[in-house]
Amino acid sequence: MSEPLLSVQGLEKHFPVTKGLFKRQVGAVRAVDGVSFDVFKGETIGLVGESGCGKTTTGRLITRLIEPTGGKVVFEGNDITHMSQSRIRPLRRDMQLIFQDPYSSLNPRHTVGAIVGAPFRIQGVKTEQGIKKEVQDILALVGLNPEHYNRYPHEFSGGQRQRIGIARTLALKPKLIIADEPVSALDVSIQAQVVNLLEDLQNELDLTYVVIAHDLSVVRHISDRVAVMYLGKIVELADRKSLYDAPMHPYTNALLSAVPIPDVKHRGDRERIRLQGDVPSPLNPPPACRFHTRCWKAQVVCKTEEPPLVELAPGHQVACHFPENADKISAPAAAKVARNVQDAQHPKGTIA
Amino acid sequence: MSTPTSFLELRDLRIHFPTDDGLVKSVDGLSYKLERGKTLGIVGESGSGKSVTSLGILGLHKGTRAKISGEIWLDGEELVSASAEHVRRLRGKKMAMIFQDPLSAMHPFYTVGQQIIEAYRIHHKVSKKVARKHAIDMLGRVGIPQPERRVDSYPHEFSGGMRQRAMIAMALSCDPELLIADEPTTALDVTVQAQILDLMRDLQRDFNAALIIITHDLGVVAELSDDILVMYGGKCIEYGTAEDIFERPEHPYTWGLLGSMPRLDREPTERLLPIKGNPPSLINVPSGCAFHPRCAFEGRTGGKADTEVPALLESSGGHLVRCHMPPELRRDIWENEIKPSLESS
Repeated sequence: MSEPLLSVQGLEKHFPVTKGLFKRQVGAVRAVDGVSFDVFKGETIGLVGESGCGKTTTGRLITRLIEPTGGKVVFEGNDITHMSQSRIRPLRRDMQLIFQDPYSSLNPRHTVGAIVGAPFRIQGVKTEQGIKKEVQDILALVGLNPEHYNRYPHEFSGGQRQRIGIARTLALKPKLIIADEPVSALDVSIQAQVVNLLEDLQNELDLTYVVIAHDLSVVRHISDRVAVMYLGKIVELADRKSLYDAPMHPYTNALLSAVPIPDVKHRGDRERIRLQGDVPSPLNPPPACRFHTRCWKAQVVCKTEEPPLVELAPGHQVACHFPENADKISAPAAAKVARNVQDAQHPKGTIA
Repeated sequence: MSTPTSFLELRDLRIHFPTDDGLVKSVDGLSYKLERGKTLGIVGESGSGKSVTSLGILGLHKGTRAKISGEIWLDGEELVSASAEHVRRLRGKKMAMIFQDPLSAMHPFYTVGQQIIEAYRIHHKVSKKVARKHAIDMLGRVGIPQPERRVDSYPHEFSGGMRQRAMIAMALSCDPELLIADEPTTALDVTVQAQILDLMRDLQRDFNAALIIITHDLGVVAELSDDILVMYGGKCIEYGTAEDIFERPEHPYTWGLLGSMPRLDREPTERLLPIKGNPPSLINVPSGCAFHPRCAFEGRTGGKADTEVPALLESSGGHLVRCHMPPELRRDIWENEIKPSLESS
């Protein structure tokens, strides 16, 4: 397989929790706790999970908006984890973010032209026909009227503002775009417009996306591969079809079955998994498998031994001792999982 | 003016707000009926008037600049002409509301228990002790663990799902006959949303209340509703049973909503089929049919789209549609053009 465009290896971010006058550290919110995945050129990878699972923090770590506590981010073969701001700045051309809220991510006192033109000025990019012409071309590309150059953000609707944000993201023709909840603030009919726009732009400009979202249907529509996160860890990573058709992690299964489906004919006869309670606090996550407090399959081993994220079927990584849809698991992988469980239940030397 | 037989009936309700830029017609001639024990889902995009309507039913526009006309009949009483004080006495007891964001809908200074007790004692002449016991009962009923301890917690000590449960407990504490839930699960995670939807379904059965669910999420309405009302630009554009709306919708806007929504229960389609353009401004509502600038079938209306406001007419047994196209043509378009494109991959 070719080199990944972006490789995230064991990424960690712990936010310190301090107390008292001297800001003594009394704990840490383990927002991202050992996340690894590769993103290949031209693909879309979706990061899904509930609030507090660390998906947004992961996006911010990748773009180095915040400093990781541990792990590595490798972009096009360069380790950017500890690069200085002055060295990383040129790389920002290739890596851009789309933000969730089109109301707070655009400066209300700048015109559309200034907002979309800012990347050119900051990066000192010279354009052949001047920045204005370039900006107007991009506005047309994202479906806005180039004459809107001198207008202010408040003159636009939510969907149009999100297009302005996308135009700014595209200004310098980045290779990788991290989209953090790109459509969740928009109305249903506008959501679909923006999803289609993102797909068109990907085809046209050969973009690679990391899409962070909580809406499982949108993520399925847009992604090639999907990673499911729970309390700072990836619990399942697979191509779209395997993940949605035959999820192996019980959490993925529960998430999918919780999505309300607009099918009134079969209302009520759908098999449902109802998780109890809420997501535990990342300040004090459950030991071993973090999902064991809500999992209906949990056994003693789940409370003592953390299941590693292993490939159970080609391209399908799962972190679970008792995966679902076991018929899809390849034989050697199944044996390995069984051995892990065995080892954990009977640590070496204890078996007579 | 005749007294209706339905439990709740709106007749030609109009709620307009005068502003410096002009008159905002948030709700413009809305009529519907709802019986006890039934659930009505109101769907629409932001600014379609769905929340304004429910605030109007609760009488929360009284004393503001809003201009309200039409009739709201609740259990034989007319509320638009009733005094603010009278409606206040009905609020909480006869009708109650569950708001979208429980963190801002609850008072941060008072414990959850104090807030439920206050609401209960306004309508029932009981001692604090009895009211407290009732509050604990209600919290237990909505699935809050250790209610006798949690009754003394502040809203910020609850998680999002717990807060929403506490708010449902508060709304149900006086056993209302009409419950309005405005985006009750929008702020929640999907697994918690499923818990809350189950809870609301169970409680409605127990309390036999009439329930109005306002949401933009078609999945949520499909789960709970008996009847569905689709709003656009302050008007009802389609009304029918859940089967009518999801199995044989007739309005191009409803088709657009269904096409905009990726679905987990079907093979993924290559592309979504969105509605073009943006929701209308309520100050300058487009002439004729408010939806015509965004409608893909505008050309098939016989030139009336931008000149005449279409009437809300019955298409078949109780299924109402506001569209210029004749019913046969609409059914034909749905069966042969829209439905296949939604299902093909």
